[in-house]
Amino acid sequence: MKKFLMTAAATALMLGAVSASASAEALKACWVYVGPIGDFGWSYQHHNGLEAVKKEFGDKVETAYAESVAEADSEKTIERFAREGCKIIFTTSFGYMEPTLKVAAKFPDVKFEHATGYKTADNVTTYNAKFHEGRYVIGQIAAKMSKTGIAGYIVSFPIPEVVAGINAFMLGAQSVNPDFKVKIVWANTWFDPAKEADAAKVLLSQGADITVQHTDSAAPLQTAEAAGAFGFGQASDQIKFAPKAQLTAIVDNWAPYYIRRVGDVLNGTWKSQQSWDGMAEGTVSMAPYTNMPEDVAKMAMETAAAIKAGTLDPFKGPVTKQDGTVVDKVDAGMILGMNWYVKGVDDTLPQ
Amino acid sequence: MELLLTLLTIIMTAATPLLLAALGETITERAGVLNLGVEGMMVMGAVAGFGGAYLTGNPWAGIPFAILAGMAMALLFAFLTMTLLANQVATGLALTLLGLGLSALIGERLVGQPGIKLPLFLGIDPLIPFSFLLTGLVSWFLFRTKAGLVVRAVGNNHASAHALGYSVILVRYLCILFGGACAGLAGGYLSLVYTPQWVENMTAGRGWIALALVVFASWLPLRVLAGAYLFGTISILSFVLQAMGLGIPSQLLSSLPYLGTILALVVISGNKALTRRNTPASLGQAFVPDR
Amino acid sequence: MRLEKRAERSPTMALASPFIALGLTVITAAIIFALRGINPLNGLYVYFIEPLTALWSVEQLLVKASPLILIGAGLAVAYRANVWNIGAEGQLTAGAIMAGMIPVMLPNWQSPLTLLLMLLFGAIGGMAWGSISAFLKNRFNANEILTSLMLVYVVQLLLDWLVRGPWRDPKGFNFPKSITFTDWQLLPYITSGIHLGVVIALVMALVLGFVMTRTLKGFEITVSGLSPRAARFSGFSQQRTVMFCFLLSGGLAGLAGAIEISSVVGQLQPQISPGYGFAAIIVAFLGRLNPVGAILAGLLLALSYIGGEAVQTALQVPEKITRVIQGVLLFYVLACDTLINYRISGLSAATQVRV
Repeated sequence: MKKFLMTAAATALMLGAVSASASAEALKACWVYVGPIGDFGWSYQHHNGLEAVKKEFGDKVETAYAESVAEADSEKTIERFAREGCKIIFTTSFGYMEPTLKVAAKFPDVKFEHATGYKTADNVTTYNAKFHEGRYVIGQIAAKMSKTGIAGYIVSFPIPEVVAGINAFMLGAQSVNPDFKVKIVWANTWFDPAKEADAAKVLLSQGADITVQHTDSAAPLQTAEAAGAFGFGQASDQIKFAPKAQLTAIVDNWAPYYIRRVGDVLNGTWKSQQSWDGMAEGTVSMAPYTNMPEDVAKMAMETAAAIKAGTLDPFKGPVTKQDGTVVDKVDAGMILGMNWYVKGVDDTLPQ
Repeated sequence: MELLLTLLTIIMTAATPLLLAALGETITERAGVLNLGVEGMMVMGAVAGFGGAYLTGNPWAGIPFAILAGMAMALLFAFLTMTLLANQVATGLALTLLGLGLSALIGERLVGQPGIKLPLFLGIDPLIPFSFLLTGLVSWFLFRTKAGLVVRAVGNNHASAHALGYSVILVRYLCILFGGACAGLAGGYLSLVYTPQWVENMTAGRGWIALALVVFASWLPLRVLAGAYLFGTISILSFVLQAMGLGIPSQLLSSLPYLGTILALVVISGNKALTRRNTPASLGQAFVPDR
Repeated sequence: MRLEKRAERSPTMALASPFIALGLTVITAAIIFALRGINPLNGLYVYFIEPLTALWSVEQLLVKASPLILIGAGLAVAYRANVWNIGAEGQLTAGAIMAGMIPVMLPNWQSPLTLLLMLLFGAIGGMAWGSISAFLKNRFNANEILTSLMLVYVVQLLLDWLVRGPWRDPKGFNFPKSITFTDWQLLPYITSGIHLGVVIALVMALVLGFVMTRTLKGFEITVSGLSPRAARFSGFSQQRTVMFCFLLSGGLAGLAGAIEISSVVGQLQPQISPGYGFAAIIVAFLGRLNPVGAILAGLLLALSYIGGEAVQTALQVPEKITRVIQGVLLFYVLACDTLINYRISGLSAATQVRV
């Protein structure tokens, strides 16, 4: 009798323990996108990261997302996610910075991750990617492939990430051809394919024979292909749009970062920090090198490998600024807040 | 010289969707109907045109799809405003909302698919000369045919037109459908020729510019042509000035097309008689045949 | 089916039509949800009902509705007089710029006067921007639809230039934003979720309603819209009406802009409004060009935004579907409103089509 009771008690305890862990809820991870996931660019790549998290963690994680959330309107969306039980919320645009902080203050148990921002808190982390590493590589390729020595750069708005990208591109190009020139057109929109195409056409007519972009659609590449020029894809591998023109693309790959951070929450090791992953962590990668001779591809691969290994730093000092002054060391803070051009860029930044 | 020719081609490509959509809306407004849903009809035309080309593998097939999509949206608008007598301004805005959402929904699977560009005809996009032809046709229709006269009569004074025995509602239905067809075609131009791809909201406000151009042109088709090209030229010039690296703030350059249009309007509108002659007096008013 | 004008407005339909419209929308939304594989009842609940069940959500609804109401009420007055101000979004932005000037130029001035002056400047900014269109119309006969619309793009580019250049926060890592506003540069909150701007919007709408129905000015506006000739004979100047309407609607839009940057947004940045100025046009018409009606219409439109967001986050319904439902809702409301002034007659099969 006693033995039966003991066994029964033990079984009950075990069952209780098993059911308790089985009923432990899945972690809810949520994302806020500034554009539609159908933009095939910035938000699309973040969404790919979400899908990777889903695949990696299966039942342990539940995901949700909101797309095309206007920055001026974002606070209530973020708060809604927090109220709906999200335990980690990724806000993927710098314009979400203040709203994220406001909501984070109200929900200290929820973790917030703000992309491309610079303000942190106990439960707010910022994360960014070293896109400029990729820019350096394509700068080198551009200098090798261009016959006119001029690249046309189509950009949206002057934010530090974009400026750092231009500078890294120039430094890469200048390492191959010190007289390389870049012409810049600000489209003043992140997303208007027709306008991007117009900007690319104008640049090509002004002597550029390579297109580089920091806008989201594949329109500039298509323009390059139609004109028989070469170009670089942005955020995603856009070779489908320009099979003969795309040399390579800088691919945003948020999966490694997202998997790491969600994993951190799952095993309780999440900490607030300022992350800045690059090629070494796999967040920035290059699409396959196409439409170029063997030796150029080889050079690009070696440069990328060196950056990945940490032996080559695109912003290794000393760097000469546009106004002639020399910067001995370019540190992370300077890159994240970059507001000056390197020598050789013909454009003026708002001061 | 070659540079000028290249720039001209770029300008023509930029102006054509504006021209096509504005011509359609000119006819619609001449008949007294204010359809603010041009953006919605255009974006539906873009997704339908791209979808049609994608499904059949032939870009030419996209054109009828684009036109029909625009007409379908226009039919919805016409039913609401002509038969159900709903307010035209609000209905047009609702049409835009619906068009933007519906096109995004339909185009979900088309994102990331490269399109096939409409082949060139004698070295230029065939829709560019077509847009010129259309301008001439619309102008001829409005001012040299009886049917055009009826349209203008209906737009100026629908009660009198009705008293004369003309079917106001039918005329307006047809004009609205024509407007939809043109807007749809303009959208198709974007996704089949300009940038052969589909992404959400790819019209990026061009429907609104087209609406403004109709007003700018005092509802005269030839002036619509001038307006579309004025806007297109200034837009492209602002990029050229940027590429030249002159240090002018890009925001100022980007605002030039809008400022330029306002300035041109101010100059043109000085002739009050012309404006009054061409403004459809019944614009935006619902017509109900009283017993 | 034939539409026959009623002898007079049907008051029952005036009350019932929004509900009929809502009902039709609910049915359509249910079909859309079902086609998408989502339980229709759940979807409808989350879209229309749930936002009204939680206090936080109701507060959000009011906050979201207040710029729509404020601007919509002003536009209702302007549209009554056939003054087609389509550029409220631009006037909102201009108001935000003027209001934001104070904290940017005098960051350390903290007093109740700061806030008051910000709101005042906001209204002035909107009035100034709107007056450009009025001036161009009065002096050059330039159509106000075009000028007000074009000016939206111009002022947005101006704001962009300001926050990227001269007004950029020096400690902001060179991001395009001004300093964050604090203390008296921000609107006080009445409850945890509702700020003073909500009250301002409601009060303004009611005041305008009063002006339109009980004052000479309101009469002047109404007559100008219904019969310009009669208005001229009565001595109401067309030009003064145009200027007044633009100053009023522009001023209210500018005030809304000032409210936005001193509450939800809390600073100046390139995008300060998700299109309130344009959405308010819909609100004005839904409210039947009546400032008090704009209150209800604003709430309804805000509900459609909030509900749309709720189904996105809770049920993973794509944002595109919420836009479709919004468009459908508007269509139904517009269609049902017809029934107030017209009656469906001759629903028998043998009806000739009357054109």
